[in-house]
Amino acid sequence: MNCHEVEKWLSAYEDRELDLARTLEIEEHLAECAGCSAALRKMEETSALLASAVRFPAPPELRRRFGAPGARIPWHTAPWLAAAASLALAVVVVWRYAPPAQHAPDLLERDIVQEHVRSLLADHLLDVNSPDRQTVKPWFRGKLDYAPEVADLSSQGFELVGGRLDYLGGRAVSALVYQRAQHVINVFVWPEAGQPDQAPQPHSIAGFNAVNWRSKGMNWWAISDLNSVELEELPLCPCFMPPSRTLHAATPPGMTRNPS
Amino acid sequence: MDPGELHLTEKERRARFEAAMLPHLDAAYNLARWLVGNPHDAEDAVQDAYLRALTYFDAFHGEDGRGWLFAIVRNACYQRLRKIRRSVAVFEPVESLEAAADHKPGPEALHLREADRQTIERGLECLPPEYREVLVLREMEGMSYKQIARIIEAPIGTVMSRLARGRRRLQEILTGETRKETV
Ligand SMILES: [Zn+2]
Repeated sequence: MNCHEVEKWLSAYEDRELDLARTLEIEEHLAECAGCSAALRKMEETSALLASAVRFPAPPELRRRFGAPGARIPWHTAPWLAAAASLALAVVVVWRYAPPAQHAPDLLERDIVQEHVRSLLADHLLDVNSPDRQTVKPWFRGKLDYAPEVADLSSQGFELVGGRLDYLGGRAVSALVYQRAQHVINVFVWPEAGQPDQAPQPHSIAGFNAVNWRSKGMNWWAISDLNSVELEELPLCPCFMPPSRTLHAATPPGMTRNPS
Repeated sequence: MDPGELHLTEKERRARFEAAMLPHLDAAYNLARWLVGNPHDAEDAVQDAYLRALTYFDAFHGEDGRGWLFAIVRNACYQRLRKIRRSVAVFEPVESLEAAADHKPGPEALHLREADRQTIERGLECLPPEYREVLVLREMEGMSYKQIARIIEAPIGTVMSRLARGRRRLQEILTGETRKETV
């Protein structure tokens, strides 16, 4: 082995991550090469410095939230949890149903679940808090490069609570928040040009129920701990929209949901 | 199912989660702090990571809990970095940066022996995150190449070369020495 090759392996040699044969070759070379030996010493010094560099301990606030090592997370008492009334249920659902048999959620599905859980747990459910679509819709103006449809669904048993800006797949999206009984429903909407419309598809991800569809170039994802039957009745789904697109109208007779 | 029984299972699972994940809180925060570069985002990233870990804890099979958590922390950090739009430095593949311009050491560069704590920290901060993360995982956490490879989702060979280059770059920064990279 020459100096050039040794230089390439020296870092892994220092870490004792090389196989025996290569280790011996390098040791042989080091025994007679002052240059490479000096390089190794320098690397070891750097490592020692790094090992003694500052380790940032978790700040007291975070520690208080999660408890001391070995302590119990005060799930029920932490103030950041108190905001979410459906929290206990959500967590139980996650724990209980996160099922090994289910297909592994793809990245987007995971992000959607995560943002949903986070909105419930991390006290960041709403940026704009209003049951009035005339307040919620304009709030997004200037914050997004599109205007999400915000529908009043109160007559169908889904109360608009507000909205917030969220991030999915690396882009800012609108999250509309509805509520049915005590169940929070996050509805994510963002444009996806050039994709065909798609009928609502039910999903069960990490114990949550979700439904997604595509309509008029917009991607919709609704997620909740609400049961799947009621969630799929969310009257935003395009098949529930009568031709006039008046969201208050009932489902027109003869129009059934596409199960695919 | 008897509700009492479910409750017990709940408690057991929660206890398992806490026992497996809480002891790594400091290490998780340290990794996040080095990756995102400021306390505020680090705290948020760690919180995100613990929530995500809680959500997916059933997918954890009890092997290398620290590594499993670190992978989640790392993802949370990169997600946060994306959100705060410092994406350029993060997502340019480091191997292509490698070919670019020789490193120009800062005026404060010192000889390695004199390098103090501050200098090493500043040096580490100067490195692209791909180098910084492998150095933190290796030098501060003492993880094996195999563990690091799983965390950063890259082959062991990539871990090896990033560590070698990261160390060399750090030395150059610390000593003010500009050396031609041998590839
Ligand atoms: Zn040599």
